[in-house]
Amino acid sequence: MLGRRGTLPFLVGPPLLWLAALFVAPLFLIVLFSLRPESGMVAPGRPWDPSLVQYIQVLKTPSFLRLLGTSTLIALGVAAMATLLAYPLAYFLAFRARARATLYLTLLLVPFAASYLLRIMSWKLMLGPAGVINSLLSSAGLISEPLDLIFTRPAVVVTLVYVWIPFAALPILAAMQRIQPSQLEAAADLGAGPWARLWRVTVPLSLPGALAAFFMVFIPTVGEYVTPTLIGGTGGIMYGNLISDFFGRGGNWPFGAALAMLMLLLTVVLVVAAARAVNLRRLIS
Amino acid sequence: MTSLARPGAGRRPSSAIGVGRTRVPLRGFYLTILILLYLPIGILLIFSFNPSQRLAFPLQGFTLDWYQAVFADGSLLRAARSSLMVAAAAATAATALGTLVAIATLRFRFRGRSILLGLAVLPLIVPFAVIGAAMFLMLVSLDVPKSLLTVMLGHSVIALPFTTLIMLSRLAGMDPALEDAAMDLGASYPTALRKVVLPLMGTALLSAWLTAFVVSFDEVALANFLIGGDPTFPTLLYGRLRFGGQLPVLISMAVLLTFATIALSLVAVRLARRRE
Repeated sequence: MLGRRGTLPFLVGPPLLWLAALFVAPLFLIVLFSLRPESGMVAPGRPWDPSLVQYIQVLKTPSFLRLLGTSTLIALGVAAMATLLAYPLAYFLAFRARARATLYLTLLLVPFAASYLLRIMSWKLMLGPAGVINSLLSSAGLISEPLDLIFTRPAVVVTLVYVWIPFAALPILAAMQRIQPSQLEAAADLGAGPWARLWRVTVPLSLPGALAAFFMVFIPTVGEYVTPTLIGGTGGIMYGNLISDFFGRGGNWPFGAALAMLMLLLTVVLVVAAARAVNLRRLIS
Repeated sequence: MTSLARPGAGRRPSSAIGVGRTRVPLRGFYLTILILLYLPIGILLIFSFNPSQRLAFPLQGFTLDWYQAVFADGSLLRAARSSLMVAAAAATAATALGTLVAIATLRFRFRGRSILLGLAVLPLIVPFAVIGAAMFLMLVSLDVPKSLLTVMLGHSVIALPFTTLIMLSRLAGMDPALEDAAMDLGASYPTALRKVVLPLMGTALLSAWLTAFVVSFDEVALANFLIGGDPTFPTLLYGRLRFGGQLPVLISMAVLLTFATIALSLVAVRLARRRE
């Protein structure tokens, strides 16, 4: 009969093997590929000498570095806007909605259940030359030629903020639900008005949730290539488009691997810095 | 998505807070955002009933042709079925593995405990383009052909952080003495887990599975790197959106799938609530 200790290998084994084979090994491999000197769709088995030539090549291409910077800024901006807009929503659900809170939360999350591509498509329809905004403006006689709204960077930003707002509200709401009413009462008893309670009790205690929301938006956004392709057009591509292109038809795998490594490095640095600022363990427990 | 959290549950408004609160119109803000969230999708929905191929105003009339066309389009239906199978399998794998991680890390002290937990949630901070490229290179190196199976494996990895966190938070609220009691009564540890712990985690298991299902069912960025000749619905949709094609039919299909997802989630959540 299996005791507690005897069961442990059966609990740890499957997830560890699964992650080792499907997550750790691939990341290890992409590091190796990024150190290969040749270019193109290289034969995996051929012997090679490690070299930093791919990274040097990336760093010597200003347009790629600019795109990395632009994509990071877009992702930071989208994450900040989605978090700031989601914060009052979460506050409303946590403190004001009372008995209807479940209904209000469900209503907020239903659009999120709609297909991601469908939601992106819907903004193409809003912003297109014969789309909703242009049709409204021209029928009101305000414009004679359709405005160029779609296939621009702002169009990508608006669409992504729209996509992420409901999702960003979830971790903030979870953090606010852990705030004890007694903490707010104590502050009120000590003479804190509503704004003082917000700034000195609610905001500090919900900050880990807001940070989690920020990164849960930032990380998918910084690597985006689907939305930029559909909404941004050729002028609105992001760094993720480069990675996906170099792994597409007629790709260049070692170079694409180096591009991917640089982006991973950037996200890890940002996440570690933020995790130091706020104790991440509090988010998990 | 499919959070089972109940905001405001058990919270009694304190009079001290009730009296002196800010006069910010939060409800108005909420309703404005809600309208902005629904408006674009609503307009898109209208075009699935519009006879014209083009998605442009003015509307041309009313038709159900696009919905009929969905059921005549074999490739669309096949892609939807593929998505369903991939998502169900990925969700099952991710939920099983996430549950194991949660039990191992919460109920045991062992070397490598934090490494296991860290690894299980780490996919959350790696952009899909990076995971996708890395898995793609692994398939190339091992000479494994890309297929629905490889998409499923990829999705099981990106869904694992969600299932792990959901199971962790459920298990953390459960008294370990329950397992001890079962073992005192003669159960082996696996039996105690199976007969006592798992039944109590029913709602969390359902919540984890549904979350993982939605993550996979809708996913395109990672799937693009791992898909073979047989598309999932999102990869098919992405391809047709890029290179043009009959848009209204695609919208109709997406609308049908969206409503199916929402209905499934609501029914499941309701069932789970009743059991609680």
